Amino acid sequence: MGLLAYGDTGWGDELFFATLMTIAVALTAIFIGFLLAAIFTSFKLSNIRTLNLIGSFYTTVFRGVPELLVIYLFFFGSSGAVMYVAKIFGYDGYIEVNAFLTGALSIGIISGAYSTEVFRGAVQAINKGQFEASEVLGLKKKIYYYKVIIPQMLRLALPNISNVWQITLKDTSLISVTGLVEIMRQSYIAAGSTRDPLFFYSFAAVLYLFLTFLSLKLFNNLEKHYSKGY
Amino acid sequence: MIESFPRLLNATILTIELTLLSLLFGVFVGAFFAVLRTSKVKILYFISYYYSYIFRGTPLLVQIFIIYFGLGQVEWLRESFLWVIFKEPYSCAIIAFTLNTGAYTSEIFRSAFETIQKGILEAAEGLGLNKIHTFFKIKLPIAIKQSLPAYGNEMILMLKGTSLASTVTLLDLTGVAKHIISTTFRPIEVFIVAGSIYLLMTFIIHNFIKILEKKFDYSK
Repeated sequence: MGLLAYGDTGWGDELFFATLMTIAVALTAIFIGFLLAAIFTSFKLSNIRTLNLIGSFYTTVFRGVPELLVIYLFFFGSSGAVMYVAKIFGYDGYIEVNAFLTGALSIGIISGAYSTEVFRGAVQAINKGQFEASEVLGLKKKIYYYKVIIPQMLRLALPNISNVWQITLKDTSLISVTGLVEIMRQSYIAAGSTRDPLFFYSFAAVLYLFLTFLSLKLFNNLEKHYSKGY
Repeated sequence: MIESFPRLLNATILTIELTLLSLLFGVFVGAFFAVLRTSKVKILYFISYYYSYIFRGTPLLVQIFIIYFGLGQVEWLRESFLWVIFKEPYSCAIIAFTLNTGAYTSEIFRSAFETIQKGILEAAEGLGLNKIHTFFKIKLPIAIKQSLPAYGNEMILMLKGTSLASTVTLLDLTGVAKHIISTTFRPIEVFIVAGSIYLLMTFIIHNFIKILEKKFDYSK
């Protein structure tokens, strides 16, 4: 257990902060995903055909292409894009875009594609009578969305949001290829310098299991809380 | 850019190979653990339960790294005949993928058998069918039909999962795409070509499952 000592002699503190980094990236990614899903769900449910197509294109591409490929696109693509813009403003040097940002963005876009499908399914599962009732009551569109549709939609979507969170959490391990020091990258560094990969990768697995276990418990409580009265 | 296209197509063969082999082995592993899960022997039940819990609760990347980098450290494994298998990234990737998809598949099979209505089984008993007949003529076809949509998703997830083979030096579609991107610095074009190949394969799997679903739909 000396390998996990806290401080200069072991890897305990490094792995602790790496775990925090994993949580931070996953939270940022799922938040980006929710924002995108809010936009693309409305696209998918709109009456305009072009918007429908854009929505379907987004969910099909980002659920059908490997996560790693998307990460490489953003990792190699983003610095190129930023340098291109910088060149217009007269800066000619190499710019490296923050690994946290590209990582959270690429995982977030994938997570958003899954969330879009979840939100769309939840909206469609809401009882039709609810739509009709709010129309009869003469509710304003804004109130109708924020007070009637979205709260019910979130309750119905919760079990599947839990799944999306698990996928997103596990996908963050792939960001290690870009050098961001999260659990996987830190284990790689520790395994390399101690020549004990079996121990460190197994420990990484335990950390991930702990995180997925904890979030499952959390979501179960949320589900219980929000299904009161049903 | 066009000259890189044949290289990507060539790499696609490895991707298909990895996907098919892992899925094939994964079905057997999944069926095996699904049966263990129904066992009344507590230990067998727990083995199956924790197998699926661990492999579904950790990232595939960790699983590959443990098998490829981690097991190489075990002294007795290096000296045994098994080392022929564990020193190759190719077989290590297939073992990791098989165990991973096997965990998800066992859950799919388990829930498919659990959803069979009791009335159907009682009807079979009432008709005097023996256990073997009930299993092959009634339980199995219903379970296959039940698990097809979920298994189709699992096939697509496995196809995407094989991209992780590139992290253990294999040159699959993603591995070659990354290599081309890092030498030519044209991420968008390569992404479009490699991504389209993946989407085409996803599309084929999707339709293959749809055809199977029609075949197993007894209500029509």
